[in-house]
Amino acid sequence: MTDSKRSIILHLSFIAVLALVFFILPDYHTGNLARIMVLAIFAMGYNFLFGYTGLLSLGHALFFATGMYGLGMTMQFFDLSSGSAFIAGLICALLVSAIIGALALRTVGVAFMIITLMFSQAGYLIILYFGEYSRGDEGFIIAREARAFMGFDLSDETNRYYAALILFSICFLVIAKLVNSPFGRTLIAIRENEERAKMLGYDVAKYKLIAVIISGVVSGAAGASYALLFGYVGATFATVQYSIFPLLWVLLGGAGTTIGPFIGVLFMFYLIDLSSVVTPAYMLIAGVVLVLLTLFAPQGLAGELRKRVFKWLP
Amino acid sequence: MAAVNILTTQNLTKSYGGNVANNSIDFELPTGKVMALIGPNGAGKSTFVGMLCGRIEATEGQVFFDGQNISKLPAHERIALGIAYTFQITSVFSGLTLHENVALAARRYLGKDTEAVEAKVAAVLQRVGLSDRAQQIAGDLSYGHQRILEIAMGLAQDPRLFILDEPTQGLAETEVQDFIKLIRSFTDKTTILLIEHNMDVVMNAADYITVLNFGEILAAGTPQEISANAAVQAAYLGTDPDA
Repeated sequence: MTDSKRSIILHLSFIAVLALVFFILPDYHTGNLARIMVLAIFAMGYNFLFGYTGLLSLGHALFFATGMYGLGMTMQFFDLSSGSAFIAGLICALLVSAIIGALALRTVGVAFMIITLMFSQAGYLIILYFGEYSRGDEGFIIAREARAFMGFDLSDETNRYYAALILFSICFLVIAKLVNSPFGRTLIAIRENEERAKMLGYDVAKYKLIAVIISGVVSGAAGASYALLFGYVGATFATVQYSIFPLLWVLLGGAGTTIGPFIGVLFMFYLIDLSSVVTPAYMLIAGVVLVLLTLFAPQGLAGELRKRVFKWLP
Repeated sequence: MAAVNILTTQNLTKSYGGNVANNSIDFELPTGKVMALIGPNGAGKSTFVGMLCGRIEATEGQVFFDGQNISKLPAHERIALGIAYTFQITSVFSGLTLHENVALAARRYLGKDTEAVEAKVAAVLQRVGLSDRAQQIAGDLSYGHQRILEIAMGLAQDPRLFILDEPTQGLAETEVQDFIKLIRSFTDKTTILLIEHNMDVVMNAADYITVLNFGEILAAGTPQEISANAAVQAAYLGTDPDA
């Protein structure tokens, strides 16, 4: 069996398993899983830039929030349908990531991290500044009746789960396809050795900008999905915490692997969930586990799997 | 018809602050030949090639490739015109397989035609003798093999001009002999500019030699002419040309 066949089977069975567990798991966990799948879209967007292109951004909360507010505000103030508002969210994320990318990519390394962090903070402050419309920290609820798509009520548990799964699957498969394409392989080459890639005749600046835009749009799609499926839009999602989360998820799950982001979100979500049952100081347990993981599995869970067992893992 | 000289420079100058690294260099590289660029350490060889392929911005002067003025083009566009470049310090994608390293070089101009890319990679690896290592990770190769891989990545681009920056540095004597043979076999399609310290390689591989000293061309000619040139001997050995 060729590696690409293995990869197709892996991705499709992964989606099939997610489709089936809905019938097995209790409601509490399927609710969690819907949220995890949406956050995993965010993590996949982040991973595309960090794991595959080698650019570490500390400002992805901005792209998530742009998608979220792009959908929320257009539904709230222009009465757009959920489908059109979702597309509006994607367009906003595309514009913002193109502008931020064009500016931030003039820097490299630590400067790139700081610039993206600053832009993201500026975005957060803009949301607070226009609190009259955005409702600031308090946020606003998207009415239940507005949260429907093609006749399906997305606030319903089952519909929500499968809507999350469909969105997750689209991003999952598109990114898997992309990183195996000549385009994706060039991004990996840039991550590995930028100077060499340039001296092979690749327009490195153009590739990096496209990577930022793809990453920004996918993160924006996650934000828009979150608002639509869970009915809440708020400035909390634009805080620096939501720029750090995707980095943590991707590091834990395995940077530069297609399944890593999902595994990272799942692991982190249940790590906090389970340790909070044991003690109110749950972050202590979570912290120790994270330290152990970085010590003994520095390439993340999926990264270790690839290193030890499945060398073909995409 | 191909130009007589694939590459020429006019008045090419680079100064860092007050230090002139290259001073008004007029240089001609005949098509289909092997030209060696030599000179003592600090003579400005690397600066000069850096300006040819666009890694270093020239302070003044022009570079023409195949008749076209490429002075304003960024590095990647110059490469895309048919210039391949290998680094002085080995620079491969050390986390990727040999196959992927060479494929990246071929894919840039062959695009999505996977069959053509595969065929090119196979042919190039065969030619440099690394076929049996195609699936190894480049970073695990010996130093000598990494240097050969760099050559393979250059070849995979089907370049019209191949610039090699000190390619034999750190190679064993037997590897150097194979290397000379390999270089000589390229000239049917490719013009070669070789920056080299090893005089054995220069004398055996080059058709022409250009000697740089203190950022200026000291002499140019065939290996015989250069080895008989008193000024070159002075620059290399410190003898007084008038003595």
